[in-house]
Amino acid sequence: MKEIVVISGKGGTGKTSLTAAFAVLAGSDIVVADCDVDAADMHLLVEPDFAHQEAFFSGQLAVIDQSMCSACGECAAVCRFDAIPIINGQYIVDEISCEGCGYCARVCPVEAITNIEQNVGNWFRSEIRTGTTMVHAGLKIGADNSGKLVAKVKNEAKAVAEKEGKEIILVDGSPGVGCPVVSSLSGASYTVLVTEPTVSGLHDLKRVHQLVKMFGIDCGCIINKSDLNADVLAELRAFLAKEGIAHLAEIPYNEQFTAAVTNGKTIVEWDEEAAGLVRDCWREIQTHVGLPT
Amino acid sequence: MKIAIASGKGGTGKTTLSTNLATFMAESANVVLTDLDVEEPNSGLFVQGELLHSEPKNKMIPHWEKENCSLCGNCQKVCNFNAILKMGDSIMVFPELCHGCYACCELCPTESLPMQPKQMGELKHFRAGDLDFVESRLMISEEQAVPLIKQTIDYVDANFPADTFKIFDAPPGTSCPVIEATKDADLVLLITEPTPFGLHDLKLAVETVRQLGKPFGVVLNRHGIGDDKVPAYCAAEGIPLVACIPNSRKIAETYAAGQLLYRDIPEVKAAVETVAAFIRDHNGGESS
Repeated sequence: MKEIVVISGKGGTGKTSLTAAFAVLAGSDIVVADCDVDAADMHLLVEPDFAHQEAFFSGQLAVIDQSMCSACGECAAVCRFDAIPIINGQYIVDEISCEGCGYCARVCPVEAITNIEQNVGNWFRSEIRTGTTMVHAGLKIGADNSGKLVAKVKNEAKAVAEKEGKEIILVDGSPGVGCPVVSSLSGASYTVLVTEPTVSGLHDLKRVHQLVKMFGIDCGCIINKSDLNADVLAELRAFLAKEGIAHLAEIPYNEQFTAAVTNGKTIVEWDEEAAGLVRDCWREIQTHVGLPT
Repeated sequence: MKIAIASGKGGTGKTTLSTNLATFMAESANVVLTDLDVEEPNSGLFVQGELLHSEPKNKMIPHWEKENCSLCGNCQKVCNFNAILKMGDSIMVFPELCHGCYACCELCPTESLPMQPKQMGELKHFRAGDLDFVESRLMISEEQAVPLIKQTIDYVDANFPADTFKIFDAPPGTSCPVIEATKDADLVLLITEPTPFGLHDLKLAVETVRQLGKPFGVVLNRHGIGDDKVPAYCAAEGIPLVACIPNSRKIAETYAAGQLLYRDIPEVKAAVETVAAFIRDHNGGESS
């Protein structure tokens, strides 16, 4: 089983638009996993039916029983996250600041503090309009532990692929280089990096590629909006060559990408010219992953 | 006054708005721009200046000293993050899992786990013309952005008086790093684009700032492409649509080259002026 993870470092480079287009091209050959759990958008293009939903619990939250509390202040004194302010004479847990370390409960002399498991979001198993399965999730606002929810989505997708005998899991990753991205990359067979020839695109690609390199994952790069800036494009090409990153495709700036999204379609269902490039690119990826095209 | 510039979706123009707004406002007021997108900081590509100061940023993690350790295993028991493992006759610490709560260290009966600094990133402070600019970048392989964001805000608080306009370029999304970057703000500006993705993620961002109880407004980028649903949503929700930045290939190309927009593109200047006026209104109409 091959796990193809699409990431971008920088947001807004076209990662989700392209991943959704690949999903449409691959049809029922794949299982789709949307691991951008923080701002998941892929469902807007592929119409999942949300057939199966489960709450996801991870991490803890301190709760103080005010009827038992002696207001000694020990809990606030040991909290490194300033999460237990005193308000009108009562120690109150600030739910946003609490990291769930449990230290306060361990030092409370009257055992007034308990830790409860937090519901940080939901995950879903859906059939999408391409006739295949997608596993996706929604992180609760401000929630911690997005990396763990990402891991959950990937594991569920893997279980589906095993059960249905699918060879490919296509993963839409998240922006950045922090915990959700690290979680998206773990276990990946191949990484597709989506960038654009802007100073930010180049900068962010270099950083996220360092991470991919640390994981030792083979990768290729799509340069989207490739005609925005010739100088940065040349720098991007040189960087790919120097790092031995497969140069998968160059897709010119095309406002039809936005038009397609606005109409709830992927680019391969909307604009013939761009569709050709994206189709070639998907074939290229399959070749790199070692799958028959 | 603290102004956070945030967005649910990435790539909608946070850095564009932050850098242009900060540089423009610095022409007539004291402004510090801070890049809190520590995973992928980009503001510095647009506001290069003279480096005034840099410092490593550390997080505190336990370090095992075996001499007095009785191998009681209490450290493993009290760690809620599985960052400490007792393996045979040694104690292993997994720094990337540690949240720095100090429980293992302070609850160790033999004081065998003193906390030690471990570098997680670097803060730099620049002066670019009239503008102060602070950025922090997380080292690759460090997973937790929140502690670095917190320390960066602390640096800005300690080094700039309260009457400075402090503009924070926040990370994308709606999870813990965004909360850390916006929870101290006096005003939040949410920037989005007129597409289904932009609208969907704007709604999440609105829910976030409402939960934090912050006053906020929306700036619409790439106005003219996509559809009209973002303005309709703002109107229905009573959210001020502060300004629009037009969709234009010229803007995309100027951004691509790492240049500021407002001096050359009148529509961007008009938008930035409107946003600055909105900020001043929220500051009680004072000049700083």
